[in-house]
Amino acid sequence: MAYSDKVRGIYTGTLNEIREKGIFKQERFIHSSQAADIEVEFPTGSELKKVINMCANNYLGLSSHPDVIKAAHAGLDSRGYGMSSVRFICGTQDIHKELEAKVTKFLGTEDTILFPSCMDANAGVFEAILTGEDVMISDRLVHASIIDGMRLCAALHDTFKHSDMAHLEEKLQLHADKRLKVVITDGVFSMDGDTAKLDEMVALCEKYDAMLFVDESHSSGFIGKTGRGTHEKCGVVGKIDIITTTFGKALGGASGGCVSGRKELVEMCRQKARPYLFSNTIAPVVVSGVNTVLDILSKSTERRDKLERNTQFWRKGLTDAGFVLKDGDTPIVPVMLFNAKLSQDFSKALYEEGVYAIGFFFPVVPQGQARIRTQVSAGHEIHHLEKALEAFKKVGKKFDILGKTKQEIIAMYGQ
Amino acid sequence: MAEMKDIVLQYVINEYLEDEDEVLTYDTPLISGGIVDSFSMVSLKRFLENKYKISIPDDKATPEAFDTVNKICDLVNGYLK
Repeated sequence: MAYSDKVRGIYTGTLNEIREKGIFKQERFIHSSQAADIEVEFPTGSELKKVINMCANNYLGLSSHPDVIKAAHAGLDSRGYGMSSVRFICGTQDIHKELEAKVTKFLGTEDTILFPSCMDANAGVFEAILTGEDVMISDRLVHASIIDGMRLCAALHDTFKHSDMAHLEEKLQLHADKRLKVVITDGVFSMDGDTAKLDEMVALCEKYDAMLFVDESHSSGFIGKTGRGTHEKCGVVGKIDIITTTFGKALGGASGGCVSGRKELVEMCRQKARPYLFSNTIAPVVVSGVNTVLDILSKSTERRDKLERNTQFWRKGLTDAGFVLKDGDTPIVPVMLFNAKLSQDFSKALYEEGVYAIGFFFPVVPQGQARIRTQVSAGHEIHHLEKALEAFKKVGKKFDILGKTKQEIIAMYGQ
Repeated sequence: MAEMKDIVLQYVINEYLEDEDEVLTYDTPLISGGIVDSFSMVSLKRFLENKYKISIPDDKATPEAFDTVNKICDLVNGYLK
């Protein structure tokens, strides 16, 4: 038997090490649709508990929107369940091309190519457009999927300090001799909720003849006046060479992603990106849903406007209560606790009070930066946020951190 | 040599340290100590090549050879004419 006791022992030992470090991940089972109110089974086997969800990427509350569900049903009826083929053999339907055109228009780019996920888009894009003669210069806090994509690419990789434009400029000078240069950033950073300085980055890229890549997964649909993303907020629509984004968060929350940008770069992905070439694309039922999501968002800014109001309410409520927050104005609102164990205990206590929010600690966030990451949604009503706020205050009081500074919290709980 | 050590040390401090209170010496383990990751070694290698007008072959730019300021300076000296 190939899977011998020795082999099993190696894996059991590794899993035990993960448990001992306290970073063993466990799923919580949700018995309802994704929404502001959900029913959760946790721990496994326990009775269902109704809680307010403060940790979904369902920024626009579209994951269970009736029009999206209706469109998905219609897509299932008219275009079937699966494609049983990759795109370039017989896996492309009219609705895939319709979605690519809609995304191009929505983001203000030249062309778009769909991927099974944004993870796949990020995994495939760099290898498709760069060679060993080129350089990728990335922000040090970009998403893990971008790091994986860069690892698969032969181009030189360098980094700049998070959002430090002077450091980025030094790196552009250091690598001036490279054939192609790409500056790489997230639009909104998923753990801190801060926004990239895309206007300054565009100016630097123009000065040093570099392309600019932005992952808009935590921005598309709600950042900027009409929700086009960080590039709209920063006034640089049409100036981003490569945008990747996901349909698995604000844009319906099911799955799928894309590369959108300069038409030659998109065409290079169609010719060379391996996750596109060797995997089925997004299923027709999801494509139909996302097409309708983009129709909804193109007609009205009502949902992103509500999200903005909810975010302001939530940030003000937490600030007034005396929590330490990460600065920003996005719906990602990290409540800083600094200590890993405190973040886990705090999350458990919130759950007991009917609020579902997860504690993050090293290595997901830097050492000593443990936090509860809360995420606001247009699916929240004010009464949800008021109730969640009361729970946060109660738990904050229990752990005696309200009104305490970072240094005071660290003095009480360690870092 | 002493001047090179200070130049490299200052570069590492400016480039990689997030915490200004952290103290680095010529023998602080940079890579095995988690201060410099393997991606970030690229900029250090390019900095050394540009600064000292040398070319360090990729197979010599190992994590071991880049682990302390002293080791880095030994490596660079090996390529100086």
